[in-house]
Amino acid sequence: MAETHSLQDLRHQAAVIAKVFIQRDYTNGTLCQFQTKFPSELETKIDKQQFEETVRTLNNLYAEAEKLGSQSYVEGCLACLTAYTIFLCMETHYEKVLKKIAKYIQEQNDKVYAPRGLLLTDPLERGLRVIEITIFEDRSLTQ
Amino acid sequence: MHLGESTRECEYSQISTRSSTPMETPYKKKTPKKRKWETFPGRNRFYCDGRIMMAKQTGVFYLTLVLILVTCGLFFTFDCWFLAEQLTPIIPVIGAVLFLFVIGTLLRTSFSDPGVLPRATPDEAADLERQIDVANGSTGYRPPPRTKEVVINGQTVKLKYCFTCKIFRPPRASHCSLCDNCVERFDHHCPWVGNCVGKRNYRFFYMFILSLSFLTVFIFAFVITHIILNSQRIGFLSALKDSPASVLEVVVCFFSVWSIVGLSGFHTYLISSNQTTNEDIKGSWSSKRSKDNYNPYSYGNIFTNCCAALCGPLPPSLIDRRGFIQSDAPQLAPPTNGLPMYGSTQSQQSHKCDQDQCIQSTKFVLQVATTPLLQQQQSSEPVILSPENGASLPGRASLALGGPCTSLPLGQPTPPASTPSLSCHEATDLLPIHGHPHNHSHPLQEQLAHHHFLTPEEVPSPPGMLHCGSPLGHSHTMQGSFYNPASQDSLHEDSVRGLVKLSSV
Repeated sequence: MAETHSLQDLRHQAAVIAKVFIQRDYTNGTLCQFQTKFPSELETKIDKQQFEETVRTLNNLYAEAEKLGSQSYVEGCLACLTAYTIFLCMETHYEKVLKKIAKYIQEQNDKVYAPRGLLLTDPLERGLRVIEITIFEDRSLTQ
Repeated sequence: MHLGESTRECEYSQISTRSSTPMETPYKKKTPKKRKWETFPGRNRFYCDGRIMMAKQTGVFYLTLVLILVTCGLFFTFDCWFLAEQLTPIIPVIGAVLFLFVIGTLLRTSFSDPGVLPRATPDEAADLERQIDVANGSTGYRPPPRTKEVVINGQTVKLKYCFTCKIFRPPRASHCSLCDNCVERFDHHCPWVGNCVGKRNYRFFYMFILSLSFLTVFIFAFVITHIILNSQRIGFLSALKDSPASVLEVVVCFFSVWSIVGLSGFHTYLISSNQTTNEDIKGSWSSKRSKDNYNPYSYGNIFTNCCAALCGPLPPSLIDRRGFIQSDAPQLAPPTNGLPMYGSTQSQQSHKCDQDQCIQSTKFVLQVATTPLLQQQQSSEPVILSPENGASLPGRASLALGGPCTSLPLGQPTPPASTPSLSCHEATDLLPIHGHPHNHSHPLQEQLAHHHFLTPEEVPSPPGMLHCGSPLGHSHTMQGSFYNPASQDSLHEDSVRGLVKLSSV
């Protein structure tokens, strides 16, 4: 009757009930942003505030990745001058932020979502189209 | 049969028709890990183990390359010596720099991922279908073209649904029919570079045509200079005879200048107004359409638009060409391995699966016919080899092999509410997913245990396998009488699967 699950337990033993997909929000153009609307399937599973907080943080991180600022311009110009060979040795700013996002999702999964029987999938694995939230069957793991 | 395991209690449990490869028995066959590019669904070609990505037709690209190499080669061989002596040696140096830049940007444009959007996973596609059906009320046989409207910076933009990729295309994305992919910020498909031009390689394309215009003008100008200087010494005709290559270069450059410089100018205009070729041709943001029509993506001033297009952040490739296909997710086995099974991602399913189904089915018919196990496994109902029960299956050839296979609309869905426009992948998408993701290290029993809870309609199946009420129920009964397949030999399991497949044809 254990309510809490660890991330490993979820992945290996629990059965998937359903998947919820958070679609992209294009109201600000082609920037990568996700809708913060709380899906009805998650109503019993997680706090609305918590969910919105996660999505908002992800949106901010993606905005940071695609930000047009002096840093990105310098990087772009430098890359052009070195005929883009500079990317053989260093990561682009975008890639660095994507790594940050992956870490954040992992952390959220461990702390917030897995204990509630949910699992966030990194949108990068879905082509930045959706945030996939897998809902696992809430059953005892003491088999 | 494993004699060594005879002491173990035989369990009668369903065979998981939705496990991974049929060879996933105690005799684990070591298959080399496949990279994702090998099962990419689009019509692209990959080289260098997935590092290089191009369109299918690359003939014109080689022409471009040859033209540039030959012209520059002739220039450096025949004209540069004269010019270096008579004028300055800096000329060949500048020429060399331009040439290297042109080749570099050309290769970068041609070989990189233009911004291909990976196709939707079956779960996503099913979810979208559900939403659309709810919205439409599922009327009619084939639903009308699906669009979604979204307001971007005050302009209403229509997002179209892509039937091939099963996604709603993001704004500015378009589906390239030549490459069969949706590409983000699709500009155009350029045969000269042998690739689509999209979000990720637009700046390289622009740099290529810009530098090529400079190079063309440069070569043209200096070849003319060479001829003129030479003719001042020895006369015009003898100058021409002295370096016939120069004539060829002049001709090539003359024709190139008009097209390349024109193209550069056009793309400079597009960049400064932040439009794509696609949008410009369609006149999407033209003020001729309506007075309030404006480009919602433009940053307002030319400088920012240019900077954004050329120096903005470069998004990484979304298709992960060189990643390995995850072994813990149910995946499409390579054709040589046995029955291709239900894949967890769209990208792993290809046209090949249709043909392989038919070929494998034949194999199993032959195997089954020769195994004495056939009697043992038969339940009261015989194997049915003809289409069953109601669900209309247009174009279904029972076991007609070869040609018709690829054109078969395989895997028609059972639930009568679904539209037949759904393809084989979606037949199973309507079902809630059970036991997913799977882990191979998991004991087979546990996987089978999951399937006890599935009703006949819900048993997921490989693409091409039918869900008809009765054959499935029939196969269900058959499965119920089987031993735990883990204790059987792999041929038995394969032939069982073959039977199950045949029964639903």
